[in-house]
Amino acid sequence: MTDTGIVFDRAAVRRHRDRAAADFARHDFLFQEIADRLGDRLQDVDRRFTSVLDLGGGHGAPIPELDTTTIITGDLSEAMLRRSGRQRPVALNEEYLPFGVNAFDLAVSTLSLHWVNDLPGALIQIRQALKPDGLFMAAILGGDTLIELRRVLLEADAETTGGTRPHTSPVADVANAGGLLQRAGFALPVVDTDTLTVTYTDMFALMRDLRGMGETNAVAARDQRFMRRDTLFAAAEKYQALYADADGRVPATFQVIWLTGWAPHESQQKAIRPGSATARLADALDADEIGADEKAGPEK
Amino acid sequence: MTENTSGLDPKLLEILVCPLTKGPLTYNREAQELISEQAQLAYPIRDGIPIMLADEARQLDENS
Repeated sequence: MTDTGIVFDRAAVRRHRDRAAADFARHDFLFQEIADRLGDRLQDVDRRFTSVLDLGGGHGAPIPELDTTTIITGDLSEAMLRRSGRQRPVALNEEYLPFGVNAFDLAVSTLSLHWVNDLPGALIQIRQALKPDGLFMAAILGGDTLIELRRVLLEADAETTGGTRPHTSPVADVANAGGLLQRAGFALPVVDTDTLTVTYTDMFALMRDLRGMGETNAVAARDQRFMRRDTLFAAAEKYQALYADADGRVPATFQVIWLTGWAPHESQQKAIRPGSATARLADALDADEIGADEKAGPEK
Repeated sequence: MTENTSGLDPKLLEILVCPLTKGPLTYNREAQELISEQAQLAYPIRDGIPIMLADEARQLDENS
């Protein structure tokens, strides 16, 4: 992920999602699963939300815990919005949100923000659209996603064409994500990951599924030609040889990065200034204080 | 959704702004458009879905 420059062809992202809309119901398991997990996480937050923004919500997967009447669903793809059956749909670009300040008390996103070029900019706009003490919770695909597929495509490409091109999209990594939330002005930022492994009969079944999800490669620099047949078959063979289980099925890893942050509010706890403590930690713990230059003694 | 062509959800109307300027929008019910005076753009509403994408918006005539 880069902070500047156009990595994703947003028109391609939109095309992929539009094209996926017709047959999406057969490929939406990942979105359903993440929406379920999002519901679980919201349940842990002791809060009732009355105005909710679901970014990339064209997947239509119901989010448990949320009253559907309060949700505004935004998606880049008009076709996905149509099939989602959501009540208040808005076609939008996550990089140019059409919402004013203090509009929502919750903004969620399942698997859409990893296609955004200007993620810092999108996060700032989301934070601005939240009311003070509003919650942002998003799942994006992380850097370990499709690690198997990327490896075999890269190797097969090098062997059959003697060069490599980006075949799958660059994805965010956990180390960046926390800093991004902080720079966007979110309070109490938390980043954690879930890893899901899905098995397929072979690489082609995986690729069909990716296309069905609208998650096909949208790297702006992608090769416009189709991948060569021999490259594809070599990659499928490698996938089988390297990763197949006892039943001959191959795994695909999806790493989900969860981003959580709050729009700042004075009621939230804050870190105090270093050195401003008025009591010693050793007193609070009822322990002997050991100076930084002393060695800890043996256990008593 | 198709029967809902007559109007825009009031909650949506209340909350939407121009994505480019973050300025206010005026709802033109007849044309089914959301007008951003500042950006000189008219965003279409199709079957109740506001299309808040600059490349789908109509450029306003300067003398209208």
